Amino acid sequence: MSALPMLDDEPPLLVVEGLTVAYGNRVGCRDVGFELWPGEVLGIVGESGSGKTSLLNALSAKIEPAAGTIHYRLRDGTMADLFGLSEAVRRQLLRTDWGVVHQNPRDGLRLTVSAGANVGERLMAVGARHYGEIRGSALDWLGKVEIDRDRIDDRPSSFSGGMQQRLQIARNLVTNPRLVFMDEPTGGLDVSVQARLLDLIRGLVADLGLSAIIVTHDLAVARLLAHRLMVMRGGEVVESGLTDQVLDDPQHPYTQLLVSSILQV
Amino acid sequence: MTQTLAGYNFAYLDEQTKRMIRRAILKAVAIPGYQVPFGSREMPLPYGWGTGGIQVTASIIGRADVLKVIDQGADDTTNAISIRRFFAKTAGVATTEHTADATIIQTRHRVPETPLRAGQIMVYQVPIPEPLRWLEPRETETRTMHALTEYGAMHVRFYEDIAHYGRIATTYDYPVIVNDRYLMRPSPIPKFDNPKLDMSPALQLFGAGREKRIYAVPPFTKVKSLDFQDHPFAIESWDEACHLCGSTTSFLDEVLTDDQGGRMFVCSDTDYCRTRTS
Repeated sequence: MSALPMLDDEPPLLVVEGLTVAYGNRVGCRDVGFELWPGEVLGIVGESGSGKTSLLNALSAKIEPAAGTIHYRLRDGTMADLFGLSEAVRRQLLRTDWGVVHQNPRDGLRLTVSAGANVGERLMAVGARHYGEIRGSALDWLGKVEIDRDRIDDRPSSFSGGMQQRLQIARNLVTNPRLVFMDEPTGGLDVSVQARLLDLIRGLVADLGLSAIIVTHDLAVARLLAHRLMVMRGGEVVESGLTDQVLDDPQHPYTQLLVSSILQV
Repeated sequence: MTQTLAGYNFAYLDEQTKRMIRRAILKAVAIPGYQVPFGSREMPLPYGWGTGGIQVTASIIGRADVLKVIDQGADDTTNAISIRRFFAKTAGVATTEHTADATIIQTRHRVPETPLRAGQIMVYQVPIPEPLRWLEPRETETRTMHALTEYGAMHVRFYEDIAHYGRIATTYDYPVIVNDRYLMRPSPIPKFDNPKLDMSPALQLFGAGREKRIYAVPPFTKVKSLDFQDHPFAIESWDEACHLCGSTTSFLDEVLTDDQGGRMFVCSDTDYCRTRTS
């Protein structure tokens, strides 16, 4: 884990208070609150059904929370209530300032168009209208995520799982977002590919000064990427703190169980 | 042709339906390029043959109107003749093949070569009105995209064309932006005809019967074809002139003349070609 950039003078990027997501009578997550600073990576860990994805969906404005507030600092420095913004501005944020990396790359990619078009789509969505420049950026980003440049005109459906996931990351980062949401970014990949992807994400996050919220059930991923951890169970945050602190000295019985259930090879 | 079919209302549709369609048309004219939903009726021809166009024509046609119907540029194909006879029988209106004489021109796939004039109405038959449909199957989502002018992803298609073919390979139904606001499908006309839509003195109405949508381009409205800065919009061109009339500026069809590889290029607009040769 890299050192947490502690910038006292900078206000938080995201402030979440009392966030509750409900599906009718069922609760997705309850009363979640935290702050995220620029350049910080927050890991959310917990078992399946613990409310990780519900929380992520609410944070990325995909579903409207039943209660609580999310404030996000816009590029002009003002703190805006996410659900007080108009839908137009919210969708604009999602396309430019934010990135969402899905667990299944097929949810985040357009499989029927080439890799270049996948990377270029966000640029075109924010008004790029010069083919040569769009293609230049696409090539540049394919290089950054270690995809051969001569694959630019191939469809992602012909890519391996790891390549698809890297392409998805490139597609999200091309507009220089400030905040990236990742839902199990290494899910479904074999360990060696996972390791390379983690290296890549760690490098990109450090180089670009991104803030990221990473949902994972894999504590190794959390240990490698996250500065801070939140442990969730049954829709509630049971423990939070610095990653090393939470993983090396777990306080809550559930966290202790989680940490002790890692296979030691 | 003044004898109309007994038992039918003027121009086939009942007055209440016509009023409903006219309201949709008025709204469409007020918001250029916006797709207005309307209660499309069953018509005595199959979907895909112009049920949308025929309903628009039926609700705007008056006894003094002169109707021209073209299908792929020709006045004498089955579809064009049938629709012309339909209105001759149900409305008793005069029909013509001459673009200049017509007040209403219902069309499938072409805009006449003869420049349109103020007072004329073009009625386009539209199979699929939604330009965003190929990238977004949900109607709720495409409507939101229209509302928020989220049209960037449309260029993904052109990007793909250039990446694979070196140029924009979309040749018909080429998407346009109307009045700097709404993205619109101009119906399956060749992109050759797109510039004719821009600042046209004629009123242009688009009817999609199966999809139940009407949209419009009012006279003298800006219609811009999408493109890239380094790959600007361009229309088709031919190395040959029309075999019959010698035109080098009209849209040409390639016609096979025998089974020995013989072929010739002729104007797709039969009326235009005939006017030039006579």
